[in-house]
Amino acid sequence: MIPVADFWNSTVGKKTVVAVTGTILVGYLILHMVGNLNSLFGPGGAEPRVDWYSGWLREIAEPLFPYAGVLWLARVILLGSIVIHITGVLQLNSRNRAARPSRYPARRIGRSWESGTMLVSGLLVLAFIIFHILQFTTLSITVTPLEHGAVYFNLYNAFQEWYFVVIYLAALVLVGIHLRHGIWSLVQTLGLDSPARNRGIRYGATALTLVIVIGFALVPVLFWTGVLGAPETEAAIASLAGGTA
Amino acid sequence: MNLPDAKIPPGPIEKKWQTWLDQHRLVGPNNRSDSKVIVIGTGLAGASAAASLAAQGFRVESFCFQDSSRRAHSIAAQGGINAAKDYANEGDSVRRLFHDTMKGGDFRSREANVWRLAELSENIIDQAVAQGVPFNREYGGQLATRSFGGVLVQRTFYSRGQTGQQLLLGAYSALQHQVASGNAVVHDRHEMLDLVLVDGQARGVIVRNLVTGEIERHAADAVILASGGYTNVYYLSTNAMGSNVTAAWRAHRHGALMANPCYTQIHPTCIPQSGEYQSKLTLMSESLRNDGRVWVPRKPGDDRAPTDIPDQERYYYLEERYPAFGNLAPRDIASRAAKVVCDDGLGVGGTGRGVYLDFRDAIAERGHDVIEGRYGNLFEMYENITGDNPYETPMMIYPAPHYAMGGLWVDYELQTTIPGLFAIGEANFSDHGANRLGASALMQTLADGYFIAPHTVAHYLTGDREPVSTSDSAFEQAEDAVESHITRLMDVDGTTAAQVFHREMGNVMLDNCGMARNAEGLERALTEIRAIKRDFWSDLRVDPGRDEFNQSLEYANRVSDFLELGELMCVDALRREESCGGHFREEHQTPDGEALRDDDRFAKVTAWEYRGEQGDPVPHDEPLTFENVKLATRSYK
Amino acid sequence: MKFKLEIWRQFETGEEGHFETFEVDGIDPEASFLEMLDQLNERLTGEKRRTVAFDSDCREGICGSCSLVIDDTPHGPRQVTSCQTYMRDFEDGSTIRVEPFRSTSFPVIRDLVTDRGALDRVIQAGGYTGATTGPQPEPNSMPVAPEVQERAMDAAICIGCGACVAACPNGSAMLFTGAKVTHLNLLPQGQPERANRAIAMVDQMDQEGFGGCTNFGECSRVCPQEISLDVIGMLNREYRRGRLGKRPKDPPAMRAQ
Repeated sequence: MIPVADFWNSTVGKKTVVAVTGTILVGYLILHMVGNLNSLFGPGGAEPRVDWYSGWLREIAEPLFPYAGVLWLARVILLGSIVIHITGVLQLNSRNRAARPSRYPARRIGRSWESGTMLVSGLLVLAFIIFHILQFTTLSITVTPLEHGAVYFNLYNAFQEWYFVVIYLAALVLVGIHLRHGIWSLVQTLGLDSPARNRGIRYGATALTLVIVIGFALVPVLFWTGVLGAPETEAAIASLAGGTA
Repeated sequence: MNLPDAKIPPGPIEKKWQTWLDQHRLVGPNNRSDSKVIVIGTGLAGASAAASLAAQGFRVESFCFQDSSRRAHSIAAQGGINAAKDYANEGDSVRRLFHDTMKGGDFRSREANVWRLAELSENIIDQAVAQGVPFNREYGGQLATRSFGGVLVQRTFYSRGQTGQQLLLGAYSALQHQVASGNAVVHDRHEMLDLVLVDGQARGVIVRNLVTGEIERHAADAVILASGGYTNVYYLSTNAMGSNVTAAWRAHRHGALMANPCYTQIHPTCIPQSGEYQSKLTLMSESLRNDGRVWVPRKPGDDRAPTDIPDQERYYYLEERYPAFGNLAPRDIASRAAKVVCDDGLGVGGTGRGVYLDFRDAIAERGHDVIEGRYGNLFEMYENITGDNPYETPMMIYPAPHYAMGGLWVDYELQTTIPGLFAIGEANFSDHGANRLGASALMQTLADGYFIAPHTVAHYLTGDREPVSTSDSAFEQAEDAVESHITRLMDVDGTTAAQVFHREMGNVMLDNCGMARNAEGLERALTEIRAIKRDFWSDLRVDPGRDEFNQSLEYANRVSDFLELGELMCVDALRREESCGGHFREEHQTPDGEALRDDDRFAKVTAWEYRGEQGDPVPHDEPLTFENVKLATRSYK
Repeated sequence: MKFKLEIWRQFETGEEGHFETFEVDGIDPEASFLEMLDQLNERLTGEKRRTVAFDSDCREGICGSCSLVIDDTPHGPRQVTSCQTYMRDFEDGSTIRVEPFRSTSFPVIRDLVTDRGALDRVIQAGGYTGATTGPQPEPNSMPVAPEVQERAMDAAICIGCGACVAACPNGSAMLFTGAKVTHLNLLPQGQPERANRAIAMVDQMDQEGFGGCTNFGECSRVCPQEISLDVIGMLNREYRRGRLGKRPKDPPAMRAQ
């Protein structure tokens, strides 16, 4: 459709698409973070709550959708969003570089440093996401023991290692940097701002960023500090591993 | 040469313009694109005329020396624009606006023109609003009005303190609309350096492309000069750095008569000069006098802080001398009164050339917020420039050259004495007589540009003309003349920048042909200007390189014309042995120091004919007749 | 006062430029920045050296001709135009760097003079109401609430100087374009062309090679008229509505039944 192409080809339209995909990703982050909080229920009895949650994710809307259907649909949407988000940003970035012959002025005029580092923070977060998927989704990074379906077990083992805790916390700082400007910016780009609301939107963006970052950070920190204990029985792990894989 | 007929239509004054409209000849819609009109200047008059003619279907080529057609100095007009709409329900009418303007101009303008101006004032507001000009509104969403100097009604429409900017952007956007439609072309960074006459008709211009230095020829069927006023002849004025008389003066050299050049307006409320280096004076809108009270200390040399001087030791000289109008006395009167108190040693500020404009009482009475709402941006601007906060301490103001009532002589159709050459806006000698009232300039420029010139120029275009091409010998001669003038400027090769001569001449003009004039001073000024002119032509230096961007060449070229104009202004001021409006001859005043007109000898327009650099200019008189106003001593007491 | 000036010299478009150092002395603290440059030029003329080219006209902050970047900040340190920047704002004896506004869309003509014609062309694309000269409706028949007028005016006061473009690390003209769209689209007189205006102006802006907005906000922080970033939000909204929303100007064609 031509209007869509025109929209995508203009700076404002492309930026709007970046904002919309950004909104999808932020929305996903919130869901992901809330889901993660299931870990805080601890090792539980026979089945840790987070493991039950992970199984439930795959069973949503059965039998209307096949097993793990909704999950895969979400994954496709997320992947698409990430690809579009990054493509848009890179194309805009090259336009923007062309619009400025030199990198003057050296002085930044009151701009926040988060806004100036969106590209860097975004690319680093992308690298982290790949690492994160390799570790906990495809279970390919086997430095610590990993079992299919045993989410609590996997998390517990990984976050006993200080370097994984550091990697995850560092990544969360980057996510925070990206979101603090990103959330406000997407509201502005989508034109949802208004003079009366702008202060609130600025604070809201910071608050939401803090909630997301702290929510995510709780998991590695609590495992590392031992607040969340070891999975209760080897048997539970084994049975679960066999049962839902 | 005799002054041509002013072509004022017969009949009662209320009907004259309609009579003219009913009878003028029209160009058919299909034929309009065969005619081309050149418009010089993109201020309110130029942009509105160019946009209107282009919208009718004529081909329009518009020129401005600025880098964009949005920058002309109309943009700096602050206070407002008059219109006889009577929104304030005070009994205002076209006749009252007409009368106020005639009286404000000290009965030195043409009745028929002024009536038409008053009549068209209402359409201007409608037109501007339709273009999206955001005039201030009252709470019900109706247009707001305020009062201005010299009148007793509230008929001034305004957009905060940036009315000129908003009106100009309206006209500019209308012109850009026509550019997008392909009917108009705007040549920015192009300066008109000569007019081209073929068979006695204006048929084109020679312009210099200010970026490449190229001299270009442009042919047309009619030429409109909307090139603004010449107050920069005083060097320090409220005009823009680039405002100049060159286009009008070059037309004058080709035979367009220059009318009433000595009528210049010195605006009462400007920020005083602070040093020799200063390049311009900044105007503070006259609207400030709605709420500000003008005073000086009663005791000469009183150096207390203004806030420490008690009321009884303050001389509110406008309120005392003109109780009916008080601080809203017309500009010429308020300016002269400021000069008188400063001459008496009561002036304040470092130079003793300043008076206070005090908002203390208005803030106490109406509250800080109301005053901020009305004048916030002006107060901010004042603080930016002076570093003083007008909410706390009075502003310091002094009169500064502001507006030229004089200009090219035009008839009722706004045509100069050269067929096909029209002059509109401040460039013509216009409708303001010897003094312009506040908020009337915007009205006149837009009446000329939107509603008069588009019809009178179209009417002219129905006449017979041979096709003309830019290879015509007339274009060649004009181009040669321009080239040789540039050569002359470049070949002086002295060591002094044009601005030095300009400054010297400005001082001479301000001292002798400013707020007060006398025969002796004017004679002296003539001698001094001639001396400066000699120095100019023997010690001027401009940057080398004529075929390139060269600002010093542009400037020197403009100064060379100011030097000639300055002489003519003094000659005109000498000949007019009376006081009227802004022209105050000290020999002619009432016992209490007010202007004393001589209606028997000088109820007339003086239009000057150019007779070469060595020859003396020749005056031609157009008698003024008054059938609809009673000639009276102008009193604002 | 005394200053060392590092001024950008460039003979013409496309030529390599460089900084040239000048010393000025005896400057009055009340002189404006441009008057200080005038004094320098007057002296250079006496020394038979080429003067420094720079644009200025009204010298009261409204025409928008000023196009200097002073010490890496468009217009100078005080968020007012260069003509309203006074030498008292600088430290005596300091070094001041003066450059032209820089953007791919603003080619340098000479020294500190740039070509900002791109901004005019953005206006040509839609920065007007279609009202041509002629009889117009009585303004009070279309009341405008003062709050709406104020908001339109807050945007309409743009002086078109281009400092926003010069300040933007992306060389974006969104603040300029947003201001005009906000001004006209808020007013009843701007409604007929409302849907098309934002589209046409944004398309022209893109064609002129201006960059996109990344919401840094530097444009607004240098704007001498203090135009708010809100106008960019408004532009985004109007653009999206124009492109994706129902266009009032294209009602479905009626058919015989």
